[in-house]
Amino acid sequence: MAIAPVGTLYRGREGMWSWVAHRITGISVFFFLYVHVMDTALVRVSPEAYDLVIATYKTPIVALLEVGLVGAVLYHALNGLRIIAVDFWAQGPRYQRQMLWGIVGLWLLVMVPGAYFMMMHTAEALFGSTP
Amino acid sequence: MSLANSRRPSLAAPGSKRGEQRSNFELYSWLFMRISGIVLVFLVLGHLFIMNILDGGVQRINFAFVAGRWASPFWQIWDLTMLWLAMLHGTNGLRTIINDYAERDQTRFWMKMLLYVSSGFIILLGTLVLFTFDPNIG
Ligand code: HEM
Repeated sequence: MAIAPVGTLYRGREGMWSWVAHRITGISVFFFLYVHVMDTALVRVSPEAYDLVIATYKTPIVALLEVGLVGAVLYHALNGLRIIAVDFWAQGPRYQRQMLWGIVGLWLLVMVPGAYFMMMHTAEALFGSTP
Repeated sequence: MSLANSRRPSLAAPGSKRGEQRSNFELYSWLFMRISGIVLVFLVLGHLFIMNILDGGVQRINFAFVAGRWASPFWQIWDLTMLWLAMLHGTNGLRTIINDYAERDQTRFWMKMLLYVSSGFIILLGTLVLFTFDPNIG
């Protein structure tokens, strides 16, 4: 082991933060999946029970959380593909940083219209059809 | 691999006799995370796009919507594959995280037990719902 650099435990930089974000999004999505399988299981109870619980997904605040969920899954998926490229592509380690900025750009490119459409559906349900 | 990325359970204590019984489990687990990940890109992102963005998004989802989708074997198989792959991928990911942070043997053991039991329950529940779904239950 080399001597630790002064003032910090990790080498840090983008590589570490991309890993931290991958871990946090992975855990969050996994726990949401537990909840989601259980709320879907209500279709075996009755249509009313299912529709009642699904109604909470349609409220504005939960709709905002859904944008966060989509953003978390999308980051995890894109960064997962980056990890796979680093592991299996000969040039992967050399371009890992460029790939990170690539997926961040792609994430924004998908999330801006994605969030717009999701919030649009919510607004239309609240205020009736908008143009 | 085990040197660069040592997870505690694979670190044998000095002089321990378990050194002989090595397995490739961690290698297969590593490979599984990558293969399932690639398949999940299509299944999960497709699912989120259909459910949250297409048409009316989440606003159009209700019992009748689910019944309509599960009338088709295509979406049944899609959802079943997604359920199993995502649960196994997530459970295996959490196993890694527990190995990383839980330092005491006892803590690690019981946290993983809790993880496996709850994941087993969710996989079983989801599978049962998919196979026994009844559109005329109401
Ligand atoms: C959508 C496509 C997905 C891709 C491409 C993907 C890819 C990956 C990859 C490559 C890893 C790293 C494994 C390693 O370092 O050995 C990983 C870890 C993980 N994934 Fe996914 N994954 C996806 C979806 C999901 C979903 C839906 C969940 C939740 C159910 C999830 C939960 C996790 C967790 C908890 C980890 C462990 C994180 C860690 O060790 O820091 N992933 N994923």
